[in-house]
Amino acid sequence: MFAYIMRRLGILLVILFGSSFILYNLAAISGDPLEGLRTSSEPSAKQQIITLTRELQLNVPPPLRYFIWLRGILGLFVGHLDFGNARNGQQVSGLVQHAIPVTIRLVTMATIVAIVLGITVGIVTALRQYSRFDYAMTFVSFLMYSLPVFWVAVLLKQYLAIRFNTFLANPSVPLGWNIAFSVVSGIFWAGVISGSRTRVFQIFAAVAVGTGALLEALSLLKWFTHPGLGPIVIFGAGIGIAYGVTQLSVGLHNKSALRASQVMALLGLISYYPAQYFFKHSPHVSTLLLMALLTLGLGAAVGRFFAKIDRGPVVRTTMITGFVISLLMLLDRLMQTWAPYMATDAVNGRPVPTIGQANSLLDQSDFWLSTLDTLMHLILPTIALTLISFAGYVRFTRGTLLDVLNADYIRTARAKGLTERTVIMRHAFRNTLIPLTTIIVVDFAGIIGGAIITESVFGWVGMGTLFRQAIGSFDLNLLMAVFFITASLSVLANLIADLLYSALDPRIRVGAGK
Amino acid sequence: MGIFKGKSVELTTTDAAENAISNKETEGLSQRQIVFKRFVRHRAAMISVFTLVFLTLFVYTALDFKFGPWKIHGWWKYRIEDIPELRTKDCAGGNVGCPTFSLRPKFLGGAGFGLGEHPFGQDDIGRDYFALVMKGAQRSIMVMFVVGIVGGTLGTIVGAISGFFRGTVDAVLMRFTDFIITIPSIIIGSVIGFHFGNLGATFLALYLGLFSWTGLSRLVRGEFLKLRELEFVDAARVAGASNRRIIFKHILPNAVGVIIVSVTLLMSGAILLETALSYIGFGVVAPDVSLGLLISQYQDSFTSRPYLFWYPGFFIIAIALSVNFIGDGLRDAFDPRQRRRLSLKDRRVARTELKGGE
Repeated sequence: MFAYIMRRLGILLVILFGSSFILYNLAAISGDPLEGLRTSSEPSAKQQIITLTRELQLNVPPPLRYFIWLRGILGLFVGHLDFGNARNGQQVSGLVQHAIPVTIRLVTMATIVAIVLGITVGIVTALRQYSRFDYAMTFVSFLMYSLPVFWVAVLLKQYLAIRFNTFLANPSVPLGWNIAFSVVSGIFWAGVISGSRTRVFQIFAAVAVGTGALLEALSLLKWFTHPGLGPIVIFGAGIGIAYGVTQLSVGLHNKSALRASQVMALLGLISYYPAQYFFKHSPHVSTLLLMALLTLGLGAAVGRFFAKIDRGPVVRTTMITGFVISLLMLLDRLMQTWAPYMATDAVNGRPVPTIGQANSLLDQSDFWLSTLDTLMHLILPTIALTLISFAGYVRFTRGTLLDVLNADYIRTARAKGLTERTVIMRHAFRNTLIPLTTIIVVDFAGIIGGAIITESVFGWVGMGTLFRQAIGSFDLNLLMAVFFITASLSVLANLIADLLYSALDPRIRVGAGK
Repeated sequence: MGIFKGKSVELTTTDAAENAISNKETEGLSQRQIVFKRFVRHRAAMISVFTLVFLTLFVYTALDFKFGPWKIHGWWKYRIEDIPELRTKDCAGGNVGCPTFSLRPKFLGGAGFGLGEHPFGQDDIGRDYFALVMKGAQRSIMVMFVVGIVGGTLGTIVGAISGFFRGTVDAVLMRFTDFIITIPSIIIGSVIGFHFGNLGATFLALYLGLFSWTGLSRLVRGEFLKLRELEFVDAARVAGASNRRIIFKHILPNAVGVIIVSVTLLMSGAILLETALSYIGFGVVAPDVSLGLLISQYQDSFTSRPYLFWYPGFFIIAIALSVNFIGDGLRDAFDPRQRRRLSLKDRRVARTELKGGE
C-alpha cells in the first residue's frame, strides 16, 4: 500500500511537471507581456519595459525561464513555496492566500447542496423508473445541464434578488403566485410519493391545499419580515424528523429507536431557552461547535439508554435526529436576526444582494449579523452553481442505483425476506455510494477551477478573479500559480478517489493491477 | 409453500415470454439496424434531431453564406454589418429598438402573426438583433461541430493506438493524456482564446478541439483493451488480417457506441465552453459575434430591454439541450442491456400467447 501511494505520488509529480511545462510555454509564446508598453507613448514606458524585463526575467527564453519558476515551486519541499512576483510587484503567494478561502467558501456550500439534492432526487427517480416523475426529472436535469451559468445568474439576480427584495417591502403573496406554487408543489410530491390513482390525487390535493394555506398564513402573520420558528414549531418538526430519520435508517417497527429519537425532540424543546442564552451571550463559532458536540454526545447517550439489542443503528439514528434538530435551532436563531438585519442602514430592507461576497457597509462586529450577511451573499452563487452540478449527480445516482438494483445480492436480500426499506437503504444505497464518493472527490477539485465564471458574474474576488486578471494583464506568474493549485488539487483528488474506492470496496485492491 | 411455488413459476414463465417478445423484435436485424430502430423509438431524441437540423438550416440560411468565391444570399433582409435606423415608435416605456416579433393575432388586439421589421429588436446602435443572434448561433454550431470532429478524431486515434498496441506506446500516450487532462479546459481555453481570439472563431474552435480529446481517448482505450482480447480478434489475426484491418474493420465498429455517445457530450460541453469563454471576454471577441458575447454586452440592460438577453440564451439552451437529448438517445440505443419497456398490453399478449402455447 505504502509503496503504491509513493509510486502514485511520483507519477503525480511527473505529470504536474509536464503539464506545467506545456502550459508555461504555451502561455509565454502566445503573447507579449510588454506589448502594451511598447506601443505606449508614455515617456516612462521605456523605463517600465526595462524594469519589467529585469523583474520578470523576460530576456530569458520561456523554456529556461520555466526552470526559474520551478525552483520557486520546489521550495515547497523545504517549506518555502515561492510563486514569484505578480506584474505589479506583489507576492503571488500573498494574493493566492487571500483568494483560496473565498473560492472554497463559494463552492463548498454549492457542492454540498448539489450532492444532497442530487443524490436524493437520483434515488427517487431510480426507484420510480419510467414513471412520469422520472421523465420530468430527466427533462429538468438535461435542461439544467444545458444552461449557461452566466445566463442563469442574471435571471437569478433579477427574480430572486431584485424582485424578492421588492416583494419584501410589502410581503403578501399574490393569489396567482400562491396558486401556482401550491399546484407545482402538489404535483411534485404526488410524483415523488406516487401510488394508485386515487392516492396520487389525495396527495396532490393535501399538499396543494396545505402549501396554499401555509403561504397565506405566513403572509398574514408577516412572517416574511419577522421570520422565526419558536420552540413549538421546532418541537413539532423534531417529532416529524424523529419519525422520518427512524423510518429511513432502521424502520418504524424499531420502537426503541423511535422512542429515543422522540426524546431527542423533547430535549430540543427543553433546551430551547438555555440555547438562546448561549446564542446571545457567547456568540462564537466555538460555542456552536461545542453545542453540536454536546448534542451528538447526548444523542449517543439517549440512544444507548433506549437500545436493548443492536445498539449501533439506534445510537446512529438518535444522533442524526439530534443533529438535525440542533440545525433547526440554529436556523431559528438566524431567522431572529433577519428583522434587525433588514433594519440596518447597510441593508436598508433589501436583504438579498446581487453582487459581492460581504456587505462592506455593514458593521461586522456582531456575530449573528455578519454570519447572516455572509449567508445572504452566498445564496445566489450557491443556487447558480447547484443548478449546474445538480443534474450530473441526479443522472449518475440514477444510473448507478439502477445497475445495483439489478445485482444478484439485491435479489438475495429480497429472497431472504428483508423489507424493501432495508434492501434499498442498506444494500442498494450503500453500494451506490461507492462510485459516487469517488465522483464527488474529483468534482470538488474540479469545481474550484470551474467557479471562474460564477465568481466573475457575482463579483467575488477569489481564484477566478486572479485568473482573469492574470490572463488579461499577461501575468505569467499569477496564471501559473492559479494553474498549479487547481491542477495539484485535481491530481491529488484523483489519487484520493482511487484510494477511497479501494477502501470502500474490498473487491478492489489498489496496485494489484500491475 | 405450494402457493409461493406456483407464483414463482408463473413469474418466470411470464418473464420468458417477455424475453421472447424482445428477442423477436431484433430477429434477423443487423446491429446497425437494431441501434437505428431503438434510436428512432426514443421520442425525445428524435424531436431533438429534428430541432437541431431545423435550427442549423434556419440559422445558416438566414444570413449570407460565403464559401471561397461562392456566395449564397441569405433569406433575411439585414446583415450584421447593416445599421438601419433605430425604431423609436410603438415601443412601451419610451424604449428604442424593441422587438416586432408577434404571435398574437390581430383580432385579439395584437400586431398579427409575423416577424415584423426587427423580430428580436435592435441593439444600441440599431443593428438588427435577429441577424446578430443568427450569426452568434452560427458561431456556436460551428464551434460545436469542429470541436466534436477534431476532439473525436484525436481521441479515437490516441485511444485506439494505445489500447491496441499497449506497452510503451500506451504508457507514453497515456502520460501525455494525463498532462493535458490536468490543465482545466477553461484555463487552456482562456489562454488560447484571449491571445488567439482575434484570429477568428474557427481557429478558437480548432484549438479547443486540440485540447478536448482526453476524456474520450481514455474511454476508447478502455474499450480497445477489452475488445482486443475477444475471440473474434484472435480469429481475424489467425486468418491473417493486418493490424490496420483489425483496428478498423473488427474493433472500431464495436467501439463506435462509446465513441459517438461521448462525442455528443463533448459537443454539448463545447458550446457551453465557447459561450462562457466569450462571456468573460476570452473567446470570440468583437467585432465578431457570439451568443456569449451578446449576453455579456446586454446583461445590464435586462430590466429595460430583456429581449436582448433572452434570445441569445434561448438559442444556447435549444442547441445544447438537443445535443444532450440526442446523446441520451444514442446511449440508450447502443446499450445492449437496454430493453424496450413492455407496455401492459404487450405483457397481456405475452401471457395469453404462453397459455395458448401450453
